[in-house]
Amino acid sequence: MYLGRVTGRLVATVRYEGMDDVKLQLLEPLDEAGGPTGEQLVAACALSVGPGDLVHYVDGREAALALPDETFVPVDVAITGFVEQADVNGEELPLDALGRPAAREEPDVREEPAVWEEPDDPQAEEVQR
Amino acid sequence: MILAEVIGTVVSPSVQVPALGGRKLLVVRPVRPDGTAVGPKPRIAIDTVGAGVGDRVLVIDEGNAGRQILEAPGAPVKTLIVGFVDEVELGGERVYDHGAEA
Amino acid sequence: MLIGEVVGSVVSSRKDEQLESFKLLVVQVRDHSNQPKDQYVVAVDSVGAGTGDLVLYATGSSARQTTTTKDKPCDAVVMAIVDSWGVGGENVYEKWSS
Repeated sequence: MYLGRVTGRLVATVRYEGMDDVKLQLLEPLDEAGGPTGEQLVAACALSVGPGDLVHYVDGREAALALPDETFVPVDVAITGFVEQADVNGEELPLDALGRPAAREEPDVREEPAVWEEPDDPQAEEVQR
Repeated sequence: MILAEVIGTVVSPSVQVPALGGRKLLVVRPVRPDGTAVGPKPRIAIDTVGAGVGDRVLVIDEGNAGRQILEAPGAPVKTLIVGFVDEVELGGERVYDHGAEA
Repeated sequence: MLIGEVVGSVVSSRKDEQLESFKLLVVQVRDHSNQPKDQYVVAVDSVGAGTGDLVLYATGSSARQTTTTKDKPCDAVVMAIVDSWGVGGENVYEKWSS
C-alpha cells in the first residue's frame, strides 16, 4: 500500500459491468515529505473521501478486493482508507495540501444528469426574451 | 520480500475498508541491503510483529501471502511487515547488524 | 522467473512463525546481458544456493510452488542455480568457466 492524496473526481458513464456503482477519484502518490511524486492515478473508491484528503491505497489484484460488492472487476488501484494523521521522519504530513476544508459533504455525482426540458409554451419563452 | 526501514506511523481509524479495521499501519521506506533508499515512494505496511520507527524489517508485498498471515481471506491487503532484520551480509561482509546499531 | 545473483543473506530471528526455518537470501537482479540492476529482493532458498551463485527466482503466487514454500506466506523463492545462459547464440554466463 502507498500514501496518496485525492486531487479530484472522475465521471465515466460507460463502464464495464459490475463497476457501475464504483466511485472514481484522481489520486496523486506521495513521497516521504508528503509532496507529489509526479504520477497521477485513477482509483476506485468505496469510502467517503474527497479532493484534498490524505489516503492510503492498494494497487494490483488486491485493489478490486477493496470494493464492497463485486470484487471481480477490472480495477487496479483502490483507496483503502482515509489518513487522519501521518508522521514520517518525525514530521507530521500536511493533511490538506490543497488548502481546502476536509471534503466530507459531497454531492452524489451518479445522480441522473439534469435533463433540458422543452418549455411548454414557446411563446412564453419569447416573452422572456 | 524486500528490506525496508520503518520511518513513520499512520493514524487511520475512522474511514477505511473493513478488513483493515484495528490493524496497525506503519510507513516504511524500501531499502537496498546497504540501507540506502529505493525510489521516492514510501509504502504503508500492516505491522504483524510489533515494529516501530527506526526498525529494519522484512516486508512481504504480495496479496495471497499477506492474506494467509492475517488469516483474512478476501482482504485487500498486500504490504505486510513480517519480520525484524537482525543482520544483512553482503559479499561476506556484514553491512547491517541490529545488535551493533542499538 | 528472473535471473539474479545471490549477493548476501538476511538473518531475522523474530519473524512470523510461518516463515521460521527459511533461509533468506539477498538477490540482486541481473539484466539480459548479465549486468547487475539496481534492484534487490529477499528470497527464500529452496535449492541450497550461496553467495556468488547466479540463480533463478520466482515471485508472486509461483513462489509457493516449491516443497519448501508450499502453503507458506512467501512471495519470492530461489528455485534453481544457473549453470549457463545465452542470448542470441552468445554465451552470457558459464558457471564452470572461471
